[in-house]
Amino acid sequence: MARIVLGIESSCDETGVGLVRLHGDGTVELLADDVASSVEQHARFGGVVPEVASRAHLEAMTPTAERALATAGLSLSDVDAIAVTAGPGLAGALLVGVAAAKAYAAALNVPLFGVNHLAGHIAVDTLQHGPLPSPCLALLVSGGHTQLLRVDDVATTITEIGSTVDDAAGEAYDKVARVLELPYPGGPPIDTAARRGNPAAIAFPRGMTGPRDAAFDFSFSGLKTAVARWVEAAERRGETIPVDDVAASFQEAVADVLTAKAVRAATEAGIGTLVISGGVAANSRLSTLAAERCVEAGIELRVPRPRLCTDNGAMIAALGAHVLAAGVKPSALDLSADPSLPVSTISI
Amino acid sequence: MLVLAIDTATPAVTAGVVALEPSGVRVLGTRVTQDARAHGELLTPHVLEAVAQAGTHLRELDAIACGIGPGPYTGLRAGMATAGALGHSLGVPVYPVCSLDAIAAEVATGDQNAPFVVVTDARRKEVYWATYDASGARTDGPGVQRPAELAVRLAAGTVAAGQGAELHREALGVTVLQPATPTVAGLVRAAREGLLAGTPPGPLTPLYLRRPDAQEPGQRKRVTAL
Ligand SMILES: [Zn+2]
Repeated sequence: MARIVLGIESSCDETGVGLVRLHGDGTVELLADDVASSVEQHARFGGVVPEVASRAHLEAMTPTAERALATAGLSLSDVDAIAVTAGPGLAGALLVGVAAAKAYAAALNVPLFGVNHLAGHIAVDTLQHGPLPSPCLALLVSGGHTQLLRVDDVATTITEIGSTVDDAAGEAYDKVARVLELPYPGGPPIDTAARRGNPAAIAFPRGMTGPRDAAFDFSFSGLKTAVARWVEAAERRGETIPVDDVAASFQEAVADVLTAKAVRAATEAGIGTLVISGGVAANSRLSTLAAERCVEAGIELRVPRPRLCTDNGAMIAALGAHVLAAGVKPSALDLSADPSLPVSTISI
Repeated sequence: MLVLAIDTATPAVTAGVVALEPSGVRVLGTRVTQDARAHGELLTPHVLEAVAQAGTHLRELDAIACGIGPGPYTGLRAGMATAGALGHSLGVPVYPVCSLDAIAAEVATGDQNAPFVVVTDARRKEVYWATYDASGARTDGPGVQRPAELAVRLAAGTVAAGQGAELHREALGVTVLQPATPTVAGLVRAAREGLLAGTPPGPLTPLYLRRPDAQEPGQRKRVTAL
C-alpha cells in the first residue's frame, strides 16, 4: 500500500516542505517540493546569519507546508509519516523545523523520523533516477559540505571516505566571488563568468593532491588565498582584473580536484555509480568534467536536476520514505536537533 | 471551551490545558519544566502529557494560546513553531499572547490593587519589562533595558512579578510577587476576550525587541602584506 511522507527541511537558509509517495515496491515518487528562501536577507552580510535564518524559518514554516499540500492536492489527513532534518546544520534553524515536525506528528498521530540532511542530498536522486545501486559513491558539494561518501544503503548504511579539512567548496565560491566583486551567493555568478573565460589562463593550486596528502580529503582554503593573492598582485600592477579568466581558472581547479578524487575513490573501491549532489552540483564545469571522467572510467554518473540538488523538503521526504520502507524505528517525540550529526547516523 | 496554552519565552517549558468559560478559567492539566535548553526537546511531550492529564485528546481542543515573547532564548521559536503546526494540523486558531501580559494576567487576578511591573530576564545584563494598571491592562512596554535604566521609571517600592524582578530585586528597588514565569491560566486569561468572542487571531509573530546580531562586511581584507 502506498504511503505519503511529508518532509521538513530547515538546517540553513531554505525552509523546505516536500511530499512524496512511497509505493509498495519501494519506489518513491515526488508529489510536491516547496521552498521559501531567506538567501536575499543574507546577501548584504556575505553569508548566512543564523538568527536571520531562524526568524525566516518560523515565518515561512506553516505557509510553506500549506503550499506543498496544495501543490500535491493533498490534505494533512492524507499524511502517513513526517520526516524532518535533525542535523547537521544551524542549531536555531534546525530547532524550528524539528519543533514543527514533532507537532505535526503528534497532532496527526503518525510516526516521526528525524533524519540526516547529508543523507537526504543522496536520497533525493531516487526521485529522479529510481533506486540507487548498492554500493554507490556520493560526492556532496555545497556551501556547507564537501564530502565523499560510500553508500551501501541510503536508509541505513553510509560511510565517510573523505571530507574537506577547511572550507566547503561552496564557501570558497562565496569568498572568491567577494574578491572578484561578484554578488553573493558566489556559485551562479562565478559559473556565468567562467563560461566566458579561459580555464587554463592561470594555474591555481590543486589542494590536498600531494603524494603525502589524504587521498580523498579536500582543501579549498589555499586555493581561495591563491586567487586573492593573484588578484591583489594584478591590482598592484595597475592591471584590469580579467574576471572571466580568474573565475574560469578557479572553477577549473575546484572541478578538477572534486572529480579526480571522486572517480579515483570509485575506481579503487570497485564502485560503478557516482552520485553528485548539493548546491554546487549544479555547477556547469563540475558536471561536464565529471561526465567526461566517468565515461573514461566506466562509471555511471547520476546528478539530480538543480532544483533537487539545493536544500529542499523533498530530499528529506525521500529519505524519510526510504527509512520508513527499511523498517527503521521512528524517532521519539523528545527528539532534539543535533547540529553536528555525523553522516553515519542516518536517522535518530 | 478547551484551550491549549504554550509558552517558551522564559527558562520554563510550559504547556497546559484550560477550560475557559465566561465565568472564569479552570486548569485541567499542566506540565512545566525549568530548563532553558530543553524547549525544543520537551515541549511536544509536555503538550501530550498535559492533554492526557486533562483527560482529553488534542482533537478536542478549540483553540491554542501561545506566548510570543519577548524572550531571549532560541527556544522562544520552539513554542511558536509547535503552536503553529498544531493549529494547522488540528484546524484551530492560535492566539498570540505577549508573555509579559500572561504573567500580568495572573498577578491581576490576585489581591493586587495598585499598578505593577512585569520583568523577565533578557540576558546580556538586560531585562524585558512592561507596566500594568491594577486591572492588569498594559500601560507601557514591552521594552528591553538594563535594570538600572528601568529603575528610573519605577516609583520606589513598586510591586513587580517575573523572574527578572527576582534576579534584579535590589537594582530595581521592587517588592517581588509571583508568578516568576507565564502560567497556563495567565496565558488563557490574557487571550480571553478574543477566545470567547471567536475573533480571528492576529499573526503569530514573535516580540523580538532586538535586531539580529549581524555585521555587514567592510572593505575586503588583503591577504598579502603591502
Ligand atoms: Zn545541504
